[in-house]
Amino acid sequence: MTETEARAQRIGAPVLAVEEVSLTFGGVRALSEVSFDVREHEVRAIIGPNGAGKSSMLNVLNGFYQPQHGIIRFRGREFRGMKPHAAATMGIGRTFQNIALFRGMTVLDNIMVGRNLKMRGNLLQEAFWLPAARREEIEHRRAVEEIIDFLEIQHIRRTPVGQLPYGLQKRVELARALAMEPSVLLLDEPMAGMNLEEKQDMCRFVLDVNDHYGTTIVLIEHDMGVVMDISDRVVVLDYGSKIADGTPEAVRADQAVIDAYLGVAH
Amino acid sequence: MHILYSIFVDPFMQMAHAPDLLVQTLWDGLVSGVLYALIALGFVLIFKASGVFNFAQGIMVVFAALTLVGLNEHGVPAYLALALTVVVMLVLAIAVERAILRPLVNQPEIILFMATFGLTYVLIGLGELIFGGDPKVMISDQLGLPSGSYRINMLGGYVQLQKIDIAAAIIASLMVAGLGIVFNRTRIGRALRAVADSHRAALSVGISLEQIWVVVWFAAGVVALATGIMWGARSNVSFALEIIALKALPVLILGGFTSIPGAIVGGLIIGVGEKMGEFYWGPLVGGGIESWFAYVIALVFLLFRPQGLFGERIIERL
Repeated sequence: MTETEARAQRIGAPVLAVEEVSLTFGGVRALSEVSFDVREHEVRAIIGPNGAGKSSMLNVLNGFYQPQHGIIRFRGREFRGMKPHAAATMGIGRTFQNIALFRGMTVLDNIMVGRNLKMRGNLLQEAFWLPAARREEIEHRRAVEEIIDFLEIQHIRRTPVGQLPYGLQKRVELARALAMEPSVLLLDEPMAGMNLEEKQDMCRFVLDVNDHYGTTIVLIEHDMGVVMDISDRVVVLDYGSKIADGTPEAVRADQAVIDAYLGVAH
Repeated sequence: MHILYSIFVDPFMQMAHAPDLLVQTLWDGLVSGVLYALIALGFVLIFKASGVFNFAQGIMVVFAALTLVGLNEHGVPAYLALALTVVVMLVLAIAVERAILRPLVNQPEIILFMATFGLTYVLIGLGELIFGGDPKVMISDQLGLPSGSYRINMLGGYVQLQKIDIAAAIIASLMVAGLGIVFNRTRIGRALRAVADSHRAALSVGISLEQIWVVVWFAAGVVALATGIMWGARSNVSFALEIIALKALPVLILGGFTSIPGAIVGGLIIGVGEKMGEFYWGPLVGGGIESWFAYVIALVFLLFRPQGLFGERIIERL
C-alpha cells in the first residue's frame, strides 16, 4: 500500500459542512452562498485571490462572524453561526493571519493559555493555590511540554514571545492552538511572510500534526506550491463565491480558477 | 538666595537634625501610600483586563465600607457582615458585566468610561437609599483590627506607629502577594493577562470574556472593600471618601495604568512624597500643599516618562 493510499484510507466522513453560507458587512458581500465540506483527518485548503473571502470563511467557522444566511454542520449538529467560546469548546482551534499572541507572556505561558478549556480548577482553589490547583497545573504542564518537544521550541520556552522572530512566533501560535487538543484546526496563512526554510519547517509540522494527532486541518494559503503539496482537497473562492472544489490537480487545471488568478474580466 | 536656601538646603538640614521626625514622616507617608496603592490596584485590575478606566472605583470603596457597617448596624455579626459584603461585591460585578460591559462591548473606550460615571451615581443613590447619607464609624474593633500605637525610642527621639497602620500594611501586602500568585501561576490569572494582550486570541482558545470581566470586577470590589475598611478605620465612612479615588490618578500616572507593581510603587512614592513635601517644604508657602502636591509629582514624572514607571512603552510608527 502506498503512502497516498494509506492517507486516503484514513480520511473519513465529513466532520464540518458549510451550507449556503452568506455573510455581508453593511452592503458589502463577503461570502455568497458558499458550500463545502471537510472530512475527518484531511488537509483541506481554501485558496483564492486577495479579498476573495477566505479569512471571512475561517472567521465564520470559529464563530468570530455570524453569517446572515446558511448553516454550519459540525459533527452532525446544526448551527446558524456560533460563538467563539462554543467553537473552542467543540474542538475547533485556530491561528491567525497576522499573529495574535499574548506578547507580554512567555512561550510557555502562551501555550498554557491554550489549555484553558481543559483545566477544571475553580477560582477558590486557584486563589489559595490549593494542592488540587497545583496538581492540575503540573498535569497540564506535562501536556504542554509534549507539544513544545513536538514543535521543537524547547530552547525558547521562557522567552517572552514579543522578542521572537516571526517564524518562531507562528510556531508558538500553532503550539497554543494544539494545546487545545482540537479535532479541527483552522490555519490562516500559516506560511505567509516566511522564507523558504521556515516554510518547509511549517509544512512538515502541519503534516506531522495531521498525522500524529489525527487533526483535521483547514488552511488558507497563498503559496500554490505549498497548497499542491500538502492538501488533500482544495476549495477556491473568488469575490466571495466558490468557483471550484476538488483535488489539487483538478483545481489547478480548472479554467475558472486560472481566470480568477490571472484576472480575466468577468 | 534666601529662597534657594530654604528650598534646597534648609529642609535637608532639618532632616539631619531631627532624624526621628524624618522617620516618622516617612512612615506616615508609606502608610497613606499603601492605601493609595490599594485604590490604584483596583483601577489597574479593571483597566488591564477590559480597557475601562473605572471612574466608579472610588465609590466602590465607599459602597463596600458602607455595606459592611450598615449590615452590622442592622444586627449582623461583624464577620458575617464581612462575608456578606464580599457576596454583595460579587453580585455587583455580575450586574456590571450584564448591564454595562456586555451591551457595550466593542464600543469606544470613552463610552465605557462614561458608563462608569453612570455607575458612580447609581452606587451613590443606592448607598444613600439603603444605608442613609450620614457618616458612619467603621467597625474596626468588632473586626478584630488593633487600635492604639507603639512608641519606639530611636535616634534621640521617638517614632509613633499606629497599630491599625501596621495591620493595613500587612493586609495590603498579603492581598498583593495573593494577586501576584493568581496572576502568574493559575489558569484564571493567565486568562486575565491573555485577555489584556489580545481579545481575539483569547476568544480563539475558548476564554470567556464575560467570565474574565466578572472576575476582575469582583477582585477590584474585594480590593475596594479592604481599602474601605482601612480608610474608614482612620477617618469614618462617608461619601466624602469618594474623592480619594482622585488620589489614585497621580499614582496611576506614576506607575502606569497597566502595571500592578507600578500601582504599588507609585502609591508609595506619592504617599511619601506628599508627606515629605507637606512637612519640609509646605511651610514655605504657608502649608496645606498635601492635597495637590501629588499632582505636581505626577506631572514631573509625566514630563520624563509618559508611559509611567512600569507602563508598557508606547511606540508609534510613522
